[in-house]
Amino acid sequence: MADEAPFQFLHNEVIQYIYKSADNGETESGRNIAKLENMGFRVGQGLIERLTKDTARFKDELDIMKFVCKDFWTCVFKKQIDNLRTNHQGIYVLQDNKFRLLSQLSAGKQYLEQAPKYLAFTCGLVRGALSNLGVKSIVTAEVSIMPACKFQIMIQKSSN
Amino acid sequence: MSRQSNRTTDSKKMNSELFTLTYGALVTQLCKDYENDEEVNKQLDKMGYNIGVRLIEDFLARSSIGRCQDFRETADVIAKVAFKMYLGITPSVTNWSPAGDEFSLILENNPLVDFVELPDNHSTLVYSNLLCGVLRGALEMVQMAVDVRFAQDTLRGDNVTEIRMKFIKRIEENLPAGDE
Repeated sequence: MADEAPFQFLHNEVIQYIYKSADNGETESGRNIAKLENMGFRVGQGLIERLTKDTARFKDELDIMKFVCKDFWTCVFKKQIDNLRTNHQGIYVLQDNKFRLLSQLSAGKQYLEQAPKYLAFTCGLVRGALSNLGVKSIVTAEVSIMPACKFQIMIQKSSN
Repeated sequence: MSRQSNRTTDSKKMNSELFTLTYGALVTQLCKDYENDEEVNKQLDKMGYNIGVRLIEDFLARSSIGRCQDFRETADVIAKVAFKMYLGITPSVTNWSPAGDEFSLILENNPLVDFVELPDNHSTLVYSNLLCGVLRGALEMVQMAVDVRFAQDTLRGDNVTEIRMKFIKRIEENLPAGDE
């Protein structure tokens, strides 16, 4: 499939669906974000499995992050992450200056309060991808001005 | 940098897998949320409809295809242009009814079901029912009321996947009252 339109429309519709079931009083907003995130998680797991099947073993955590920023992001969003920062203590910040799922919405502060809906799935996507690469993490996203956004990844140290 | 050289990732293919997997996640969620398959089918159709009414604009803007003269031309455009553009496949158009108001799309490989296996307890689930909604919604926006359904599905053991489309009527353009 050469086209990205079907995914974008589907993504919008998924968000619509999840939030509509909330309007009926079934769930509150936090649960919705979690639902979207979980869907993304599963998709991320599947994608990374397909994507890494021919790649060499990763050297370390940073190497994995670089892979996510370059290859994974390019495959999913047709561009690389614009900026990767880390404090070398398990926190990484990935900045995308023109995030594809927001770029159709607005280029400013309008609709800012809607933005989290459009990021939850992707947070899950990243978390799922990392999880299948053996990195347990918490991924959150923040937006100050659309369509730029930052994903913060906190690595969970495994307790074994 | 050294690793870069041996990576060959087909981004087109990946993109299709992203779509396939996302769709799978959606169907899974729906199956959790609803008790029976009929409800899931209905919901998928509804969501497809919502996508269709928007997708048609994208399609018309990018394909520069004008109004179809008859249903046969519509069938051709759907199979050869629209399916090709969005799903990368070209279904064959067959089984025309004598009146020319009904035909079938035969899908060789449906990208929506790439990694899918239906469990036994979902025998009435029409997994790709979203497509029906998309077709119905898109055609409604160009004044065609059409009935779309899956007649056969490889997921349920049929040899091919067949979407049956039946032309119902042309939707008259309603001018608002008082408009000349």
